[in-house]
Amino acid sequence: MHQNISDLERLASVISGGAVIALSARQPRRRLAGLAMGTGLVLRGVTGRCPVTALRQQWRMRDDTRKALGGPRGIRLEASVTIARPVEEVFERFRRFDDLPNFMRAIERVDLSGERQSHWVIRAPAGLKVEWDAAIINDEPPTRLAWRSLPGADVASAGSVRFQALPRGGTAVHVLLQYEPPFGKTGASLASLLGHSPAALLREDLRRFKQVMEAGEIPRADHRAGGARTWFFNTIGARA
Amino acid sequence: MKAVCWYGREDVRVEHVPDPHILNPRDAIIKVTATAICGSDLHLYDGFIPTMAKGDILGHEFMGEVVEVGAAVTNLRPGDRVVVPFTIACGRCQACTAELWALCDNSNPNAWMLEKLYGYSGSGLFGYSHLYGGYPGGQAEYVRVPFADIGPLKIPSTLADEQVLFLSDILPTGYMAAEQCQITRGAVVAVWGCGPVGQFAIRSALLLGADRVIAIDRIPERLALAASAGHVDVIDFAAEDVGQRLRMLTDGRGPDACIDAVGLEAHAHGSIGAAYDDLKTRAHGDRSARRPAAGDLSLRQGRHGVDSRRLRRLPR
Repeated sequence: MHQNISDLERLASVISGGAVIALSARQPRRRLAGLAMGTGLVLRGVTGRCPVTALRQQWRMRDDTRKALGGPRGIRLEASVTIARPVEEVFERFRRFDDLPNFMRAIERVDLSGERQSHWVIRAPAGLKVEWDAAIINDEPPTRLAWRSLPGADVASAGSVRFQALPRGGTAVHVLLQYEPPFGKTGASLASLLGHSPAALLREDLRRFKQVMEAGEIPRADHRAGGARTWFFNTIGARA
Repeated sequence: MKAVCWYGREDVRVEHVPDPHILNPRDAIIKVTATAICGSDLHLYDGFIPTMAKGDILGHEFMGEVVEVGAAVTNLRPGDRVVVPFTIACGRCQACTAELWALCDNSNPNAWMLEKLYGYSGSGLFGYSHLYGGYPGGQAEYVRVPFADIGPLKIPSTLADEQVLFLSDILPTGYMAAEQCQITRGAVVAVWGCGPVGQFAIRSALLLGADRVIAIDRIPERLALAASAGHVDVIDFAAEDVGQRLRMLTDGRGPDACIDAVGLEAHAHGSIGAAYDDLKTRAHGDRSARRPAAGDLSLRQGRHGVDSRRLRRLPR
């Protein structure tokens, strides 16, 4: 938690926060809202960190992925999967970005706009969508693929995939994703609580990639065949 | 169609449900001609297995006639008679390539649930809870079989249903127990429990070269059936001291290998002996001493490639 407002502003924040609480306390209808707003202002003053300023600063940095994702900023996701197919075949399939949404559920759409550029639409928590243009910054068939978002992205992000031919046959796929969580790390933790753990989504998407590569299809059970259903399986159970 | 549906603990009903249909290119639809109730269906009936939902169709031992195949199934045709193994396997992942079908990486759509619970997922199973994929089972008039180009065994018309139905689960279960005993010439194998799995384990042990099998149970009909296999000594544990008799029958050595074929529900819960066994298992720090859940089933059935010593009884 770094201080991002001046000491004078902190003092003003505490005083005005206290005033809001005191004034609203006499008006029953506005008491709760006043208490929330006042507490927010007091906290802002005491901690010296303004969440709105932080968000504005974050948005300004977004255009440069190295700044946005460097150091402690940004979320880092890693996942690996082993696929019993030759490395060339696995690489080639992954490189067809516009085909990924067919089995990767976190990705809604990918439009190719050139040999090295593409537009990505990603499903975010609470039905939101985030979009960015990405450029491939490393394309070494069949072992390495890396990309980063271009200026103007909703979410600054970068990723790389390493494809490794295994001595026993098959391919190890190592994915590294970095992104700047839209509402900071607190937002990311909240989203995880709501069942949108990005790490789990990535794992499931890689599992489906493996299923498509190996089995040629994604396994499905016909849940409609049975009779009554519980809430659990209509919602949570249907997730995977 | 009609199907046997689970509705809760000791609540199973025959219901009218929608017919299954092809969902994936490697699917087939089978018209069921014979199906069995497995001992492990009792775990569902008695409510030991989590993630069952009301209306789930039971049954993982079944056979029948192919009525429809998906576009990618070229080895089966409508009219073929098949026995369907209860483990669903894609046939192409590393586990399947090594013929460890029960460990298939790709056939369980709910693998994440099993991974949460046990750290690792096995294959999908027919009619065996949502942890194992939520696939409707075969105690129904029709059943959808995923990856139908891999599992189903074609049956020649010279063999009747009753002669081959048990290839779906129970015969391989008993056979695998015997296989894991690594039977050598002259070996004596003791089998606890002479229910269906035990009977198949006894005959499999003889088939694999055991010199003699010692069958242990307390039901006279079961012991008589076991004895009818030939080269079988029987011990009625209600009437005799099992340890003493085993030593007598093996010139003081004890059996070369032991198979526990006693069902989860059949163990003498609450008895002094059971409590003592429970204590011993816990003292050994055996991981299999967890409280009951679906994973225990797979251990007991030897489907995860455990060695025979771990096939011994698992406490509830």
